Amino acid sequence: MDALPLRSRGVSNFVALRRNLTNHVVTGMAIISTILVLVPLVAIFGYLLYKGASSLNLAFFTHVPVPVGESGGGMANAIVGSGVILGLASLLGIPVGIGAGVYLAEYARGTWLGAAVRFTADVLNGVPSIVMGLAAYALIVARQQHFSGMAGSVALAIMMVPTVTRTTEEMLATVPKSVREAALGLGIPKWRTVLSVSLRTASPGIITGCMLAFARVAGETAPLLFTAFGNQFWSFDLNQPIAALPLQIYVYALSPYDEWHRLAWAGALVLIVLIMASVTLVRIFANRGVLKGGN
Amino acid sequence: MGVDIRVENLNAWYGPVHTLHDVSLHIPANHATALIGPSGCGKSTFVRCLNRMHETSPGARADGTVLMGDLDIYKDATPVEIRRRVGMVFQRPNPFPTMSIYDNVASGLKLNGFRKKRILDEVVERSLKQAALWDEVKDDLKKKSGASISGGQQQRLCIARALAVDPEVLLMDEPASALDPVSTAKIEDLIFKLKSQYTIVIVTHNMQQAARVAENTGFFLMGKLVEFAPTTKIFTNPSDKRTEDYITGRFG
Repeated sequence: MDALPLRSRGVSNFVALRRNLTNHVVTGMAIISTILVLVPLVAIFGYLLYKGASSLNLAFFTHVPVPVGESGGGMANAIVGSGVILGLASLLGIPVGIGAGVYLAEYARGTWLGAAVRFTADVLNGVPSIVMGLAAYALIVARQQHFSGMAGSVALAIMMVPTVTRTTEEMLATVPKSVREAALGLGIPKWRTVLSVSLRTASPGIITGCMLAFARVAGETAPLLFTAFGNQFWSFDLNQPIAALPLQIYVYALSPYDEWHRLAWAGALVLIVLIMASVTLVRIFANRGVLKGGN
Repeated sequence: MGVDIRVENLNAWYGPVHTLHDVSLHIPANHATALIGPSGCGKSTFVRCLNRMHETSPGARADGTVLMGDLDIYKDATPVEIRRRVGMVFQRPNPFPTMSIYDNVASGLKLNGFRKKRILDEVVERSLKQAALWDEVKDDLKKKSGASISGGQQQRLCIARALAVDPEVLLMDEPASALDPVSTAKIEDLIFKLKSQYTIVIVTHNMQQAARVAENTGFFLMGKLVEFAPTTKIFTNPSDKRTEDYITGRFG
């Protein structure tokens, strides 16, 4: 049977016109919003390229900072230092976050403790990063009587936990009950079902959550001010002050010297590119060998 | 080989709601037994009590005796032990979406720590052949996801997955209700072939299906087992007026 024309189904010309118009308006608003999101991103990145790229050279990646007045020097120690601090922060923060997310999604549904953990995670997410730095200062630096890369990692790890926890919980909640029942029905114990079925099914979303948390803390300066402190020389000792890109950028950008300003721009560019590169690498790595479902 | 199942005074609750009332019946070994009845009559709850799946729902509990052979499944065993001996096939095909076809079938063994590749290969092939799926998927065993094949194939994959752990009982909760008639016929053929080796309990909305595959049929209504008898008797000469009303289509 042929579809009846709109008119004979009781839809007037006016109503049809209005629906069409609404459709166009909403689509237009979605496009405008997308542009509004993309423009600042592209602008910032472009400006960083414009200001920073010219100061980039091999020395930037191989040399440590030089004293004021001397030209040249680089941020090699800060790049490596950031890598070390972030690596340890991820090692500490991601397992704890995933563990808490699994607890919330698989074991604590409807319990008061679950609700308390969830609420705490949300509050923790809203705590200003400088407060995290002060907390790590009070807990570690003040007791040890010296700044340390370790304290910086702990501060960043605590910042990662709530994001990782909540995304893990949300992603596990999207795993259908029927898939869990299939595993339980095969006589697979609950812990194994959680590890090999629920977490595995939810893993793409959980990895995205971890990457979001990583990217967020990678650029943090405030938590490192009172913890990692910064260092003008090579040092990978996590028990000592250690250099980090955001700290170096902060110090250079606040300085009165043009040479340091240029290096700060270059540092910001390198920081952003490194974050993008690590997120991209993890995605490629995580997607390898993952079979895609048909429906 | 299958075992018989003896159920005595089984009651089940979802929170405060009493969904199953004093059900007692004897399911013979190596036969297919069908459970029919209108939606919400308790037949699904009943089969979920036979592998202690019922108690995984929040607030759910069951009370009574279920003997599988000589084993009292609520007293002498843990739910995990029971479920290794009782396979289950669900209403909607539920393959593990991130696993290959091979890993789906092998999952019951692999995730319980079994690793011998040669034996796994054999079990996967045997189970897929038993489920009449081998010829359709043998070239894509490790290439395709369990969720990438058609719905009917997915359901046979789920049957193969259940058979791979060598259960004694196979519970099927409306296994064909989400499938087209051709896939349904394939599932019914399978049940017919498998019932000489396994004790099969099948919940179905489709009375013709019960008549085609099962030796015995139980009729559930409002959480009670109204009648349990040989299938031919249920469909030709039921003793209870309510059974007759249901199978003649007067309600439900």
